[in-house]
Amino acid sequence: MAVCGSACGSNCVPKDTEGEEGERLKRLSLEEESSVRRCTKCAEEEARKECNGLCAGCFRAYLYGKFKLAVTSNAMISPTDKVLVAFSGGPSSRVALEFIHEMQSKALACWDASNSQALPVFTVGVVFMEECNISDELSDQADDVIAQIRSIVSGLSPPSKDLHIVPMESLFSSDLRKLVGSINDATGREDFVRHLRMLSLQRVAFEFGYNKLVLGLSASGIARHVLSATVKGQGYSLPADMQYVDTRWKAPVVLPIRDCLEQELVTLCNLESLKHVQVHDKPCTSINGLVSSFIARLREDNSSREHTILRTAGKLKPFNFNKFSSNQYEYVPSRLRPKFQFIETGEPESPEVLCPICTSPLTATELATTRCSQQMKGLNIKEMEAFYLSCCQSCHFQILPKEETSMSCDGFF
Amino acid sequence: MEGVEASEKVKRTTPRLCSLCNQRKAALRRPKTLEQICRECFYNVFEDEIHRVIVENNLFKPGDRIAIGASGGKDSTVLAYVLSELNKRHNYGLDLFLLSIDEGITGYRDDSLETVKRNEIQYGLPLKIVSYKELYQWTMDEIVKAIGLKNNCTFCGVFRRQALDRGAALIQADKIVTGHNADDIAETVLLNILRGDIARLSRCTSITTGEDGPIPRCKPFKYTYEKEIVMYAYFKKLDYFSTECIYSPNAYRGFAREFIKDLERIRPRAILDIIRSGEDFRISTTTRMPEQGTCQQCGYISSQKLCKACVLLEGLNRGLPKLGIGRKKVCSGEDQVQSKRHLENKALSFHGKHGNVEWKR
Repeated sequence: MAVCGSACGSNCVPKDTEGEEGERLKRLSLEEESSVRRCTKCAEEEARKECNGLCAGCFRAYLYGKFKLAVTSNAMISPTDKVLVAFSGGPSSRVALEFIHEMQSKALACWDASNSQALPVFTVGVVFMEECNISDELSDQADDVIAQIRSIVSGLSPPSKDLHIVPMESLFSSDLRKLVGSINDATGREDFVRHLRMLSLQRVAFEFGYNKLVLGLSASGIARHVLSATVKGQGYSLPADMQYVDTRWKAPVVLPIRDCLEQELVTLCNLESLKHVQVHDKPCTSINGLVSSFIARLREDNSSREHTILRTAGKLKPFNFNKFSSNQYEYVPSRLRPKFQFIETGEPESPEVLCPICTSPLTATELATTRCSQQMKGLNIKEMEAFYLSCCQSCHFQILPKEETSMSCDGFF
Repeated sequence: MEGVEASEKVKRTTPRLCSLCNQRKAALRRPKTLEQICRECFYNVFEDEIHRVIVENNLFKPGDRIAIGASGGKDSTVLAYVLSELNKRHNYGLDLFLLSIDEGITGYRDDSLETVKRNEIQYGLPLKIVSYKELYQWTMDEIVKAIGLKNNCTFCGVFRRQALDRGAALIQADKIVTGHNADDIAETVLLNILRGDIARLSRCTSITTGEDGPIPRCKPFKYTYEKEIVMYAYFKKLDYFSTECIYSPNAYRGFAREFIKDLERIRPRAILDIIRSGEDFRISTTTRMPEQGTCQQCGYISSQKLCKACVLLEGLNRGLPKLGIGRKKVCSGEDQVQSKRHLENKALSFHGKHGNVEWKR
C-alpha cells in the first residue's frame, strides 16, 4: 500500500483502496466521524472519557485488580482476621470499603461452596470517628453525615458489618477541644488531630477485638504526605507512613488502595453510584492545605505527577516495622511464602525509637540530643521535661507549647 | 493612674530596640528568624553564620585557589564580597578569582557581564570569562532559535556546568564555589521528588560535590536564605544585576519556586526543614543507582557512555533538537501505557503496514 506519511498535507487516498482493506478503512472512518472510541482493553464497550480510554467495566476491574494485588502480595488479610475499616465517608475510604466487602463476599461464596470449609472467612467491621466536637467543624452537618454513613453501611449486601460510630472525645479522659485549641500552629493542630485519630482508631480496634486496621489512603493522599513530611523536616521518618503495612500498632495498619489515584476513586464512585459523603473544603491556612493545592496544580499540568512522587518516595528505605513478623504469614500459599521469608533473613536491625506523639522514628541526631540532655539532667529530670526530650523536632516545633507548662494531659500518652 | 498612662504612651513612641544588641534601633526583620534587629547585627549574624558553615564543613584549606562562579547576579556578587571579607577577617589564606560564563544571551548576559567586570575592580579579584561560543560554537541565542523555549534551560544548565569546570581548570583552581542558596537547594530537593530523580535527590543536599573528580565545588550559602542575601546586598549597596534571564519563564522550577515562596510566608523555617529532609532521606539498597564513569568522547564525568553535553551538542549539530531530552525510547509498563494513551488522545492516526497515515477529521 502506498504511503505518504504524516507529512502529506493533501487528503490523498492510496490507489488500491478497493476491496477488504477499503471496506475496513471506510468503516473506521465512519466510526471516527461518529466519535465512538472503543475501550483500549476489551475493544468492545465504549471508552469513557474519564476512564483513560477504558470502558466502565474494565476501569473497575483495573482498580479492583490494583487493590487485590496489594492485598495478596503483602499478605494483608488472613482468613482468621477481624478487620476494621476506617470509613470517613469520603470517596477513597468508600471504595476501600466496597472492595473489602467484595473480597469478603467472594471469599464467603468460596467457603459456602467448598467441602472442607477448613479456613474461615475474615470478618469486617466499620468505624466512623466523630470529630466535630474537637475542631471547628459545623456540628449541624454532623448528624446528616452520620445518617448517611449508617445508610451506606447498612446498604451493603450480606455479610452484614458492625458499624461503630465513636465520638473521639469519649475515648480520652482529657478535654480534647481545649488541648487541641491550645496548639498555636495551624499545621500542628491539624497534625495533632490526625495523630489522635489514629490513637482513637486503635482504641476502638482493641476494644472490639479487631486485629487489623484498613485505611482508605490513596496514592494522592500519600503524595500529599510525602511533600508535607519533606516540608516539615521529617525526611527520615517519611517512608514509615506510606508503606502497605505498618506494624507499629497493636492492630497493624494496612493500605490496600495505596496505588489508586484519588481522581480514579472519585470516578469509580460516580460510575457505580457509590454513595459517599461530600466533604466541604474549609479554607486552609496550614502547610497541609498549601501542599494540597500545590499538588492539585501539578496534577492539572500532568496527571501522572502523583504516581511519580509515590515512585520516588517508594525508593526510600522502609523501616523494619513496615512488614509483618514471620508468624503472620501462616496462611500465605506455599508458593508465595519464600518471598516473605526472605525478608526475615536480613540482618536484624535495632528497633527504632518512636516519638510519643506522632510515632515517627527519631533520627540519630534527635536521639543523641535526647540522650545527651537526659545524661546532663540525670535524676533531676522532671516528667514533663523527659516527655519533651523524647519528642521529635517537628512535634517539638509545631505541637508542643514553647514553655514547659503543665498541660492538661498528664498521663495522656 | 496618670503615671501608668504616661509611661504607656512613652512605650508606644519609643522605637523598638534590636533584640540582639539591645542598644541600636531595630531596622529590619530577619527573614530566617523573624527577629527585629539592627543593621550592624544583621551583617554580623549573616557573615558569622556563613563563616561557621565554612569552618564546620571544612570547605577550604589555606593556600586553596578558589574560583567563584560569578554571574553578576545577587548571589554571586554577595558571595564574592562576603568570601573576600571573611578571607581577610579570619585569615582563610585563599586565592580568590572570579569566573564568569558568557552564554551568549543578548540583552541579558552582556549586561550582567558588565557588572562582573565592575566587581573585578570593586573587590580586587581577577576575572576570567569563558564563553559558550568558544567552548561549544553555539550561543544560547542560537540554541533557542534552533530548539525553541521549552527545553532551553536544560541546554544552558548542562553546558554551564561543564564550562565552569573548564574555566576553573584554565585558571588552575583547586575548588569552585557557587552562590546556590537555601531556597535553590530546597527547590532542587522538591524538583527531584517531583521528577522521580532519586539519584540527584541523594546528592543535591551535599555542601561539597565532585570530591572524587578533578575540581570539587561547594556551596557556602547552603543555609542562607535568598531574602537575606537580597537584604544584605541592598543595605551594603552592593552592585549587582537583578533581571531574570529572558528565556526562563517556562522553566519547571517555577512551580517549586512559587510553592516555596508561599511556604516561607507560613513558616520561614520550612526552607531549612526541606534541606534537612533531603539530608535525612535514606535510599533503599535495592534501588538501582547510576554509576559514575567518563564520557567516551570528551572525558568529562558521566554516568552514561556519552556525557549529556556531548549528546545535546550532537543533537544541535545534527538538527535533532530533541536528542537527549525526555525519556529514552525503551520503556516499560507504566510508560508504555502512558505513551499509548498519549497517542490515543492525540491526532487520529491509523497504523498502516508501512507507516502512519493521518486522517483529517
